[in-house]
Amino acid sequence: MADSLSLVYAVPVMVGLAAVSLSVAGVSAALEARDRGRPVRSGLTIPLREMARLLRQRPRRTVSADRLLWRSASSAVIPLAVLIVAFVPVGTHALVDHPLGVVWVNALDVVAWAVMWLLGWGANSVTGLVGGYRFLALALGYELPLMFALTAPAIAAGSLDLAEISAAQDGLWFVVWAPVAFAAYCWGVLGFSVRPPMDPGAGTDVNGGILAELAGVDRLLVLAGRYALLVAGSAAAVPLFLGGSDGPLLPGWTWVLVKTIVLSGGLVVVGRRLPTLRPDKLLELGWVVVLPLVVAQDLVVSVIAVAIN
Amino acid sequence: MNAVLVDVGFWLCAVVSVVAGALVFYVDSMARATYALAVSFVAVGAALLLMGQAYMGVIVILMMVMEMAVMAVYMVMFMGMNPALMPMSMVHSHRSSIAAGVGTFLLLGAGAVLVPWPTRRGAPTADVTAALGEAIMESHMIVMIAMGPVMVVTIVAGVVLSSHRTRYDRLGDDLDRRPADEPQSGGVGR
Amino acid sequence: MTLETVLLVAAALIAVGVYGALSQQVVVMVMMGLELMINGVILAGGGLWWFLAPDPSGQVLLLVVIAAMTVEMAMGFAVATLLHRQAGHDMTDMAAELHG
Repeated sequence: MADSLSLVYAVPVMVGLAAVSLSVAGVSAALEARDRGRPVRSGLTIPLREMARLLRQRPRRTVSADRLLWRSASSAVIPLAVLIVAFVPVGTHALVDHPLGVVWVNALDVVAWAVMWLLGWGANSVTGLVGGYRFLALALGYELPLMFALTAPAIAAGSLDLAEISAAQDGLWFVVWAPVAFAAYCWGVLGFSVRPPMDPGAGTDVNGGILAELAGVDRLLVLAGRYALLVAGSAAAVPLFLGGSDGPLLPGWTWVLVKTIVLSGGLVVVGRRLPTLRPDKLLELGWVVVLPLVVAQDLVVSVIAVAIN
Repeated sequence: MNAVLVDVGFWLCAVVSVVAGALVFYVDSMARATYALAVSFVAVGAALLLMGQAYMGVIVILMMVMEMAVMAVYMVMFMGMNPALMPMSMVHSHRSSIAAGVGTFLLLGAGAVLVPWPTRRGAPTADVTAALGEAIMESHMIVMIAMGPVMVVTIVAGVVLSSHRTRYDRLGDDLDRRPADEPQSGGVGR
Repeated sequence: MTLETVLLVAAALIAVGVYGALSQQVVVMVMMGLELMINGVILAGGGLWWFLAPDPSGQVLLLVVIAAMTVEMAMGFAVATLLHRQAGHDMTDMAAELHG
C-alpha cells in the first residue's frame, strides 16, 4: 500500500498537469500553423478554441456501439495521466510516495494498452478497429524496451522508489551514462500517448483511427488525454533520468516543472519532424535491434553500479 | 493500516473478483468477457496489496492487464465477432459443469474452514520486496535459472506451433534466398 | 480478513473456473476458465503466505505460479491458432479426433 499520501499536493499536481498539457498542445498547434503558413499566434490559442468547440459539440452515437467499454475508455485517459504524475516527486515528496514507484508507473502505462484498444473497439467502426489494432501492434514493439529501460535507473540507484532514484543522481544525471535507456523510454512515452511519430493508431489514413468516431466531450477528453499522457510520461522521466528536483537557485518543484516542460516540448517538436512509424516495420526493429541495445545498456549500468559500490 | 479499512477493502476486492469472474461466461461480447477477466485479476492483485505483498500485487496487475489486452485480439480473431452485443452462450454439459463447480467450492471451502491451520510463523521483514529479490538471487537462485530455459522453450514451442510460414518458405529450399520472400517485410530487412 | 475468508474467496474463484473450463465449447473460453482457476490459486497462495509463513520462499512460489500461468496461456493460444488454421474451427467438441 502507499507509504504516504500527501493530499495537499493533489490540486497543485492536477493544475500543473493541465497547464503544461495545454501549453504543449499550444506549442504543437503553433508549429502546425506555421507549417501551414498561418500566423503562429493564432496557432497558440487553437487548443482553447478547440476545447470550447468540442464542449458545445453534440456527442456522436454509432450503431450498436459498446457504450460501456467505449465511454469508460474515453474517460480513463486523463485519470491515467493523473495517476502517473501522482508518483512523481515534486520537491521532496510526491502525491503518492511509494517504495515501488517505478513498477507502478510501468503498470499504469500498460493500462494504456487496454484503454487505447477499447477506444478503437467500442465504437463498432472499421476505422476505429484498425486504429486500435495498429496501436497494439506498436505497443508490442515498444513495451519491452520501455520496461528494460525503466530498470536501468533502478539498478543505478539501487531502489525502486522514485524519490531515492532522484536523490541518487546528485551530481551526475542518469541520462549521461544511460542514454540508450533514456531514448527507449522517450520512445515508449510517445508510444503510449499515441503522439507522432508513434501515432498510426490515430493516423489520418484511417480517418483518425481510435479518434475517428469520437465527438464532443469524449473527443476532448481523449485529445487532451493524449497530451496529458505525454506530459505525465515526461514528468516521470524527470526523477528517473533528469536528476529530479536538482538545480541551482530555484526551489525543487520549479525545476521538476521546467524539466517536464522542456522534455515534453522537445518530444513534440522532434516527433513532428518524423514520419509516422509503421507497426509492421517497427515490431521487428523493436525486438531485434532496440531490445538488445537496451539490455546491453542495463549490463553497462549494472557493471558500473557494482564497480562503484 | 486501519484494520476496518483493510477488511472493507478486502471484501470489496473479493466480491468484485468473484462477480467479474462469473460475468466472464455470461456477458454478450468477447471484449466484455476478456475485460471482465482483467477486472477479476486486478481485484486479486489489489487483495494481494492488502496482504502486504506490494511487489506481487503490482506485478499481477501489470501482467494481467497486458495479457488481457493481447487475449482480446485473439478472442476477436478466432470468434470473429463485432463490437455489437449479441447473446452468446456456447456451452456443453451445462448442468454437470455447474454441479462440478459447486462441488469444487464445497470441497475446497470445507477444507478452508475445517482444517486446523497453524499459527503464524515469523513476521514479514521490513522490506518484503528486497527480501524477495535476495531470495531469488541467493537462496532460491535455482528458480531463476530454471525459469530462463522454460521461457525460451515456451517461445520456441509457441512459434513452432502457430507459424504459418517457416524459414523454408521464406528463404527457399536451400535457405539461400536473400532478401527473404515476405508478404510484409519487417523493418530490419532480414 | 482472516485466512478462512481469503481461502473461501479463492475457492469460489476456482469453482467458477472449473465451471468455465468444463462447460465452454470454445478453446479460448476454456482457457479463460483455467485463468480463473490460477487466479484463485494466486489469491490462496498470497493468503497462506500472509497468515501462516511470511518469509520470501512463499513469494518465490507465487512467482513460479505466475510464470506457469504465462506458459499455459502462450501454449494454449498457439494450439488454438494451429487448430484454427488446420481445421477451420475453434471448438473443443470438434477437435476430438487426433488425425485430420
